[in-house]
Amino acid sequence: MKRVINHPDHVVDDAVRGYVKAHAGRIETTDNPRVLKSAQAGKSKRVGVVTGGGSGHEPAFLGYLGKNFLDAVAIGEVFSSPTAKSFFDAMRAANSGEGVACLYGNYAGDNMNVKMAIKLAEKEGIRVRTVVANDDVPSAPKEDISRRRGVAGEILMWKIGAARASEGASLDEVIASAQKALDNTRSVGIGLTPCTIAAHGKPNFSIADGQMEVGIGHHGEPGITTSPLVSASEMADKMLDIILPDLPFTKDDRVAVLVSGLGATPLMEIYILFDRVAERLQQEGITVAKTIAGNLFTSLEMMGVTLTLMKLDDELERLLNTPAVSEGWTEQGAAQ
Amino acid sequence: MTTPQSIASTDAVPAVMGLVNAINANRELLSEIDGAIGDGDHGINMSTGFTRFRESVEGKQLTFASALDALGTTLLEVTGGSLGPLYGSMFMAMAESVSGKENIDAPSFLVMLETGRDSMMEIGGAKPGDKTLLDSLCPAIDSYRTALASGATFTECLQAMARGAETGKDSTRDMIARIGRASRLGERSRGVLDAGATSCSILLNSLAQSLQSQLEKTK
Repeated sequence: MKRVINHPDHVVDDAVRGYVKAHAGRIETTDNPRVLKSAQAGKSKRVGVVTGGGSGHEPAFLGYLGKNFLDAVAIGEVFSSPTAKSFFDAMRAANSGEGVACLYGNYAGDNMNVKMAIKLAEKEGIRVRTVVANDDVPSAPKEDISRRRGVAGEILMWKIGAARASEGASLDEVIASAQKALDNTRSVGIGLTPCTIAAHGKPNFSIADGQMEVGIGHHGEPGITTSPLVSASEMADKMLDIILPDLPFTKDDRVAVLVSGLGATPLMEIYILFDRVAERLQQEGITVAKTIAGNLFTSLEMMGVTLTLMKLDDELERLLNTPAVSEGWTEQGAAQ
Repeated sequence: MTTPQSIASTDAVPAVMGLVNAINANRELLSEIDGAIGDGDHGINMSTGFTRFRESVEGKQLTFASALDALGTTLLEVTGGSLGPLYGSMFMAMAESVSGKENIDAPSFLVMLETGRDSMMEIGGAKPGDKTLLDSLCPAIDSYRTALASGATFTECLQAMARGAETGKDSTRDMIARIGRASRLGERSRGVLDAGATSCSILLNSLAQSLQSQLEKTK
């Protein structure tokens, strides 16, 4: 294992320290070293928007802190849920008295820690409501949709929820918009190589040479099939074949497309894949109203890519285009 | 002279402190078991959390309840993943159940175990048979309850609990994980012990042994 680290057991603390130094002014520390907040957090009377999750997915989660984006994040060990205390401290940091929307991904540890954090927050009179992202189509069949995991679609949920909060909406309205974003969002991933948690020193799963795992999870959770590696265009088609019928996305829909590398995929290849995604959607009569591409939600140094589609209506499109600033995604607003 | 049937709350504190040593002594074992179907950090996470608890109460006057509460609270604060909230909520609920009691006897100990289990189940949503720490905890409580109902002494109840935990832990070897990250492995999760069930059995065995020797001492 060759990595740019100091000590395998300290990667999270070391990375957070560097992140805070790099983005001073926009990001602020809190009393809890595993909670960061946006410089705007709690300053004006509005619903606070928080999330949290394991490290190793950068720029998620901390990279989406910022103006009209996330107010506070709880940071866990690599691929491990933040503590209940950290989720609670994030809620506290984001609270300006209007309540807190905790928008996070569906994983056993996160579910439990958020649940405990809400109990702690309620004792302090902080009202918290949640939306639990479950956009990863391959992680469970549609009839068991509540078991699906949250992946890159979380970014769209945060963007929408935070934009709604910036409009001065109530907690219930923010939750409704974030839930609507999620209900219209579907994701899928393809993994080509495994990833290694530095503290373990070796990958805890493998993908054979010449093979790819279709439907892989953000921590290397097994996908639907392992099949021989194909071209980027064929990958794009395979991915669309999985997510288009699930919602379903149909002719005349307007969609936002989010393509993310899993950490080791060159940006160049993300665009190679997107080229076919755009072409295929056009063939299907689906309009791509918005595209976000990059390494937006990663899995350490995994080679691979995720594709997320969100079906838009006027409200979602407006909120998607609300100007916002974060390291992961800065939105200038609609040009027209 | 017969063994007494209760322990003063303050005399039960060493049993809680003993949990720290039990976990630290088994740190490598727990990580090794977890590494088979998990990410191999169970021993380190548990050891870090329990050690932090010991540091947090150093020099403090404790009761059985306040020691359990401090343990639960520390786990919630420093242990992420699933174990923090599961063990954290269990120990906090146990603390609440024995709070204000000057003596712990066999029936109140059972109520404490059941209260802790209920709180953990409410947070975790797992059921017995899902290959989790409940598969040590539930059989342990069942054995304890059966022993108590048949008129066993506190010591005998604790021994039954320890045996139940051990048998329960061993039963996870043949189970398929149905909740948490290991559940993604399906059939591949069979054939190895569950790390959480193992740590739970270690904790219950340690608790049983400490309390038994305390009961002996106060004879």
